[in-house]
Amino acid sequence: MIDLQLVLDNRELLTEGMLYSLQLTAFATLGGIVLGCLLALARLSAFKPLSLLSAAYVNLFRSVPLVLVIFWFYFLIPYFGFQIGPDKSVFITFTLFEAAYFSEIIRAGIQSISRGQLAAAYALGLTYPQTMRYVILPQALRNMLPVMLTQTVVLFQDTSLVTIIGIKDFMGSTSVVASNNGAMTEMYTFAAIAYFCVCFPISMLLKRLHKRIAVIR
Amino acid sequence: MNADASTMIRFVNVNKWYGRDHHVLKNINLEVRQGEVVVVCGPSGSGKSTLIRTINQLEPINDGEIWVDSVRVNDPRTDINTLRAEVGFVFQHFNLYPHLTVLDNITLAPIQVKKITRDLAERTALELLERVGLAHKKDAYPANLSGGQQQRVAIARGLAMNPQVMLFDEPTSALDPEMIGEVLAVMKQLAESGMTMMVVTHEMGFAREVADRVVFLDQGEIVEDARPEEFFTNPRSERARQFLRQILAPLHQ
Repeated sequence: MIDLQLVLDNRELLTEGMLYSLQLTAFATLGGIVLGCLLALARLSAFKPLSLLSAAYVNLFRSVPLVLVIFWFYFLIPYFGFQIGPDKSVFITFTLFEAAYFSEIIRAGIQSISRGQLAAAYALGLTYPQTMRYVILPQALRNMLPVMLTQTVVLFQDTSLVTIIGIKDFMGSTSVVASNNGAMTEMYTFAAIAYFCVCFPISMLLKRLHKRIAVIR
Repeated sequence: MNADASTMIRFVNVNKWYGRDHHVLKNINLEVRQGEVVVVCGPSGSGKSTLIRTINQLEPINDGEIWVDSVRVNDPRTDINTLRAEVGFVFQHFNLYPHLTVLDNITLAPIQVKKITRDLAERTALELLERVGLAHKKDAYPANLSGGQQQRVAIARGLAMNPQVMLFDEPTSALDPEMIGEVLAVMKQLAESGMTMMVVTHEMGFAREVADRVVFLDQGEIVEDARPEEFFTNPRSERARQFLRQILAPLHQ
């Protein structure tokens, strides 16, 4: 089923591919959380236009398949005169796309904190940014960390889609090795096991982590 | 407004509506003098909580003026956060920050709002914890404290800002009966130290013993505003008499 020799012979290409996938995941997660946080705050804002704009953004990205967004950015941005290449294109695409999902997770997390917490912070004279930073977000982030990590695992799997615009992420590298050596079954089975070996332990770790960091109330 | 120098809180023709139809505060005029302890009571839904929450603008008002000391609370030019730092507020459900220790709960606002050093904030916090009898719990998290202990920490948290006024919104209503006493004792001690206090409560024993005045609110109106002995022995309105019957002898109506 698996041709270990073939894997070893191409270990550099495959390792580079895996590193690319991991980098893309890390970048899009961090960028997505920062942007998602802003989108969530905008969505919860009492200022209607801001809230509607954020809602529109989130709904748009959540209603379009990721493959399409990858394509769209890749072909459309050069059309507007920006030559950024496939690598930057997917890093931006994934960040923008994930931000939509993270913003919904963060919004739910913020809304899970009782209004009494907000009132208590305001009553003591804290400003809105201080209240968010010291009172609401630390609690909200703890509550939503498990969902966020799950989303990151999904994101990691989704990075395999960048193969379609010719990027050599882990999936892309696997495809190259597979077609060059006529070893489809062997290489794709190997890839499946590799993805599993990354994702499954993280899911397991997640469960244990959740128990340790949950806020007791 | 040219208020008396010793007036600490002053309501002038305050009105508030929820939505269009629900007139929750009707033409409220009320003064609380410096060092005075005023208990606000009334049936549920009478607007007592709303009334006390308007003082630090946790609830905005539609009409009228509210003054704290010489600051008009509902003036758009008033820096509401500065004002709130001067007005301590204790909630029915304590609302301690569950992710912070007792000490950090108390020091957060002094450090962030008053910009005092952590060292000074912690020393003040410890003194206050001593005062409410919980110095040994400084490193505990709220979830590990009883309701009564949490409320005493919440009072210490309010006092840490060195406020001019302390407001209490049903501070004992969420407590088990055996814990009410410890919280009321702290409040009584605070009253005796000369703090200006406004307390929404059903604890008529506290009102009788500690309050300088009792304000009775019904359907958004101040129906009575009297000294406790007068309010309890000789209420002027039928509504107050009925309320007192219900609350003092619920089985014998």
